[in-house]
Amino acid sequence: MKAIVCVKQVPDTSGKVAYKPDGTLDRASMDVVTNPDDLNALEAALQLKDKTGCKVVVISMGPAPAEGMLRELLARGADRAILVSGREFGGSDTFATSQILAAAINRVGVGPEDVVFCGRQAIDGDTAQVGPQIAEKLGLPQVSYAAEIKKEGNSLIVKRMLEDGFMMIRVKTPCLITCIKELNQPRYMNVKGIFRCFSKKIEVFDYDALKDDPLIETDTIGLKGSPTNVFKAFTPPQKGAGAMLTGDDAAAKLASILAEKHLI
Amino acid sequence: MDFNLTKEQQMAQKMYREFAENEVKPLAKKVDAEEYFPKETVEKMAKLGMMGIYFPKKYGGAGGDVLSYVMAVEEMSKVCGTTGVILSAHTSLCAAPIYEFGTEEQKRKYLRKLLSGKWLGAFGLTEPGAGTDAQGQQTVAVDAGDHWVLNGSKIFITNAGYADLFIVIAITGQVPDKRGRMTKEISAFLVERTFPGFSVGKPEDKMGIRGSSTCELIFEDCIVPKENLLGAKGKGFQLAMTSLDGGRIGIAAQALGIAEGALAETIAYVKERKQFGRSIADFQNTQFELAEMKARIDAAKFLVYNAAETKQRAMNGEKIRFSVEAAEAKLIASRTASDVTRRCLQLFGGYGYTRDYPIERMMRDAKITEIYEGTSEVQMMVISGAILR
Repeated sequence: MKAIVCVKQVPDTSGKVAYKPDGTLDRASMDVVTNPDDLNALEAALQLKDKTGCKVVVISMGPAPAEGMLRELLARGADRAILVSGREFGGSDTFATSQILAAAINRVGVGPEDVVFCGRQAIDGDTAQVGPQIAEKLGLPQVSYAAEIKKEGNSLIVKRMLEDGFMMIRVKTPCLITCIKELNQPRYMNVKGIFRCFSKKIEVFDYDALKDDPLIETDTIGLKGSPTNVFKAFTPPQKGAGAMLTGDDAAAKLASILAEKHLI
Repeated sequence: MDFNLTKEQQMAQKMYREFAENEVKPLAKKVDAEEYFPKETVEKMAKLGMMGIYFPKKYGGAGGDVLSYVMAVEEMSKVCGTTGVILSAHTSLCAAPIYEFGTEEQKRKYLRKLLSGKWLGAFGLTEPGAGTDAQGQQTVAVDAGDHWVLNGSKIFITNAGYADLFIVIAITGQVPDKRGRMTKEISAFLVERTFPGFSVGKPEDKMGIRGSSTCELIFEDCIVPKENLLGAKGKGFQLAMTSLDGGRIGIAAQALGIAEGALAETIAYVKERKQFGRSIADFQNTQFELAEMKARIDAAKFLVYNAAETKQRAMNGEKIRFSVEAAEAKLIASRTASDVTRRCLQLFGGYGYTRDYPIERMMRDAKITEIYEGTSEVQMMVISGAILR
C-alpha cells in the first residue's frame, strides 16, 4: 500500500508579485513555496502512513530547482520523491500537466489499496482542475474538497465540503482525493528528516522515462498539447470596505448615494 | 572559518523559524506574565527531534551538528528567551555530559529518553555558598556499599520543576592536591526525579525568563545506585567545567537570539511610529542606533557560530578545546543582548516601557545571560587565563 501525493512549487503570493512584459507571472524573480493545499495533501498521506505504515511518494512536475521543495517534503516524512522534468513538458496547461502527472503515476504504479492525494488547487492558477483530470486519465474514482478522511477496510470515508454543506462519501481504493486546508494542520519538517533527506536520491522522470505511456503524445503535452493560453495575469484591486446603511431611511440614503455616483 | 551554512543547516533554520513564529511566539507573553512553563512547546519540540539535535541517531538523536543546535536555541530565543534556555539547559548541560562522559549502559538507559524528549534534563552545580566558586561545594555523597547517599542542596537549577533527570555534582571525599594539601574530591551523579530522598523546592520569582522553572534541589539521604556515578570518581569538577563550556555556547545563542528578536521588533516599530509628521525611522538618530546594533549583533553572531564550529571539531575527534571560544561568545553575545534590548526600548519610548510590547520582556530576559552558566567576569577570567598562560 502506498500514498502518492502530487505537489507543486508555486510563487509565494504573500511576498512580492512580479509580472513579465507579456503579462504572465515572472516566476523566476519571486520567492517560491510549496503550494499550501498540497501540504494538506501530504499531511493526509503522512497520517495514513502513521496509521498503516504505508510508503509516501511525492511527485512534482517542474524545473530542476523544485528538487529543493521535494527534499523539504522528504524532511517532513515522505519516503520517495520524484521530479517530473523535461523541456518537452514546458508550457503545459492543466490538461497537459494532468496527462504528464498521470503518466508519472502510472510509472510508479497504482496498487489496489493505493490512494493519490492532490491539493484542491494551486495558488498561482486557482483552477482546481489538475487533480480531477488526473483521476479521469487514470480511471480512478475521485472525491474533491476533502475536509475529513477516515480509512475503513479498503474504503475511505470522505467528508466532501461544499459551499452550503457537505457530503459524506464512501470511496473504494484505489482512488484520488483532493484536499482542502480544513482537512488537517500540516506538520513541520523534522530535524531527523532534515539530516536524512540529503542522502536520499530525488528520482527524475524526463520525457524518455514517460514517452512510452499512451498518455504521452507530442500533441498532448507541453505548449502544443495545451488548449488554454494565459493572456494576462494581474493582482486584482483590493475591494474597499462596504458602507452599512441602517435606519428607516436606508433606502433613501442608498438611492442618493447611487445618484451621486451617477449609477441611477 | 566557513560561514556558509550547509543545505541541512539552512533547511533546519527555515523549520526553526516557522516553528518559532507559529508555536513559540504566540505563547511568549503568557510564559512571561504567568510564569508559565511551556510544556506543550517542549512536547512539540520533542516530536520534531529538537531535543537531541546534534547527537547520533544510534542514541535516538537527530544526527545533526552543533551549529544546527545553536541555531535552534537562537531562533527560539528570538521570540521567547524562556523556550531558548529550556532547550539549552536540557541539551548542553544534561544530554551532552552523558554523551561525553557516560558509560555505554548509561547512554542506553538515559540518553534515548532525553534525546527523544520523553525526559527533560537538568544540571545541578550551584549551591547557596558555591556559585562562581564552584569548589566551595557542600553537597556530599557517601559510599554506602551498594549505593551512594547524597545530602545537601542546590539552588537556581534551570528546568528543575519539570526535569526527570538531574546531573548532580557532589563531594565524595578528600584528596591531596599537587602540593599535598587536602582538597575536596568532586564527582558527578545521575539522579532521577523519583529517587528516594530527592525533592525539588519552590520556584524562584525572577526578573526575566519567568517561565523557566528555576528551583532548589534538596537531598535528604537520597539513595543513588552505584552505577549512577557519571564519569570517573573524583573527576566531577572537570566534567562540570567541560559541560559549562558547551552550555555557554547555548547561552550565547540565547543572548544572540534575544538581541536579534529585539532588533526585528524595533525595526518594525520605528517604521510605523510617527512623530513630527514622519516615521521615526526617518530620523538619523534612529538610523545610527539601528546600524550600530546590527553591526554588534553580527559581530556576536560570528563569535557564537565560531564557538559552535569549534565544539563540532572537538566532537569530530580533533584534539582541541573550545573553552576560550565559548567564553568569548558568551561574554560578547550577552553584553550585546543587554545593550541592544536597552537601546531598542529607548527607541520604543513610553510604549516600550509598557507590557503591551515585547521589548521590556526582552530587556529583562537579556540580563540573565550575563549571569548564569558563568558570569561575564568568569568569562573574562577564562579568556585572560588563556592569554596570560
